Amino acid sequence: MERERNRIGIQLLSVCCILLLAWISLFTGVKDISFTELFTDGEKLLFFTLSRIPRTLALLLVGAGMSVSGFVMQQLSQNRFVSPTTSGALEAAKMGILAALIFMPQASLVMRMIFALFFTFISSLLFIGFVNQIRLKNTVFIPLIGLMFGSILSAVSTFFAYKQGIVQNTQEWLLGDFSSVMQGQYEAVYLILPAVILIYLYAERFTIAGMGESFAKNLGLSYNIIVQVGLFAVSLVVSASVITVGAIPFLGLIVPNLVSIFVGDNLRKALPWTAFTGASLLLICDVIGRLLVFPYEIPIGMTLGIIGSAVFLLLILKKRA
Amino acid sequence: MDVTEKNSLRFEQIAKRYGKKEVLKSLSGKIPMKQITSLIGPNGAGKSTLLSILSRLLEQDGGSVYFNDKLLSTYKGEELATKLSILKQSNHLDLKLTVKELVSFGRFPYCKGRLTDKDRQKVQEALLFSDLESLQDAYIDELSGGQRQRAFIAMIIAQDTDFILLDEPLNNLDMKHGVYVMKTLRRLVDELGKTVVIVIHEINFAAQYSDHIIALKDGDIRYDAPTDAVIQADVLEDIFGISFDIIEKNNKKICNYFNL
Repeated sequence: MERERNRIGIQLLSVCCILLLAWISLFTGVKDISFTELFTDGEKLLFFTLSRIPRTLALLLVGAGMSVSGFVMQQLSQNRFVSPTTSGALEAAKMGILAALIFMPQASLVMRMIFALFFTFISSLLFIGFVNQIRLKNTVFIPLIGLMFGSILSAVSTFFAYKQGIVQNTQEWLLGDFSSVMQGQYEAVYLILPAVILIYLYAERFTIAGMGESFAKNLGLSYNIIVQVGLFAVSLVVSASVITVGAIPFLGLIVPNLVSIFVGDNLRKALPWTAFTGASLLLICDVIGRLLVFPYEIPIGMTLGIIGSAVFLLLILKKRA
Repeated sequence: MDVTEKNSLRFEQIAKRYGKKEVLKSLSGKIPMKQITSLIGPNGAGKSTLLSILSRLLEQDGGSVYFNDKLLSTYKGEELATKLSILKQSNHLDLKLTVKELVSFGRFPYCKGRLTDKDRQKVQEALLFSDLESLQDAYIDELSGGQRQRAFIAMIIAQDTDFILLDEPLNNLDMKHGVYVMKTLRRLVDELGKTVVIVIHEINFAAQYSDHIIALKDGDIRYDAPTDAVIQADVLEDIFGISFDIIEKNNKKICNYFNL
């Protein structure tokens, strides 16, 4: 009973924590806005709803979505170091957007989104196909293959971008950045919500699939269908993120590993914590990026890249020990 | 026809090849009900392949498996999961789940993840049956090999199927845990009326605990008989190609093949 009460306590604390972080994010920026001014100053209210609210919502959704996707990918590939960053998924999404730009220069956001989703899904299927083919299940080997796969996709993209003279644009997608999130341009990010709900509904199935194909089959589940549903949800999150804010590195890698240490790998149980930790971490990184060189901004890809690579290194070293 | 006959597992002319190698050549047989059947034979005889085919993990190239007089392949996965369970050896994962979470997965075919009171009760019973209650909140990646194997078997018990198929359940276990697992399987048959099929290497475990033995060699069934008939020096010599000395004590047979 006491354990139960402790758990509820921690949950309440987390909710307060995330609300506080969201509040800080809402009221941090070049334009000085205070809460009371929202009711008196129409211009500031407009700016607030046009920029600050979309930005904070995008941070929350992308943070939660990318972390949860990482967890799913790790379970499906049975490897702790697999994530959208280390499986070529981010590069595939970028390739999809590029393809949309090349083949349909007038492509709407929706069209680009569909392209990105399609490319990401296909590349994830390919990657899991690789992983299943390789019987050498060296833990660090698999993400290395993912990184190589991503580099190849990226090289192909750069080639075509160069031919079209839009290298500059594609380079921009490399670094995630929330500063340009504005009402009317970021709405694709809401697609993360249904994807995360889908993942939650399938949570047990992903964990069961993570125990291996024969384990899943014994419990009457089709391994392939679970993998496809999982990769589809992951692709939806990744492409929606890349199209609105760019590549967010490392989040899907470090957050699941951190959460797993404390609550284990039962996805149904770990998922809320993963979403919460991911969203908090992203909010913190974003606020830091906004404050460090005030009134300018450091792109979040950079802050997160530094923190993320450090934690990643620690995880690998810990695994070795 | 006997009532128990309705619930049956039999196979006819099962053939399987990997590339050019013929692993199983037209095997037929029937698994006796409410008994422990051991599949024995040298490495590469096709024991695990046959078990995988009987449990729908692997598709045969020829022949058919009948479960309750219906083709095994016509069953829906989720329906079969409540009637026949299979535990493969290669659970090499490092997922961090508690014993209780793992055992609860055994109820998945019934509850699809939303445990009812009855499911919870079955999980507790399975933990109790395998003497794992004190370890129920431990993470499986922190357990010893023997404890982990018992946790997986507890999951199969929670799955509550009439047929339980196990691929080398004693692999990598020390003697104590080996005995523990075999005693648990024995109780599953004697107390709960389950039908158990195992692939097993140690002939003495097969001799002591199983009721029936199917011996394979070179992809063929050599012997398919009650344990007593198979545990004979000449029979075992034929199967394994080494000398055996059968020592009988208190009506129990012990096979010595270690240094003859």
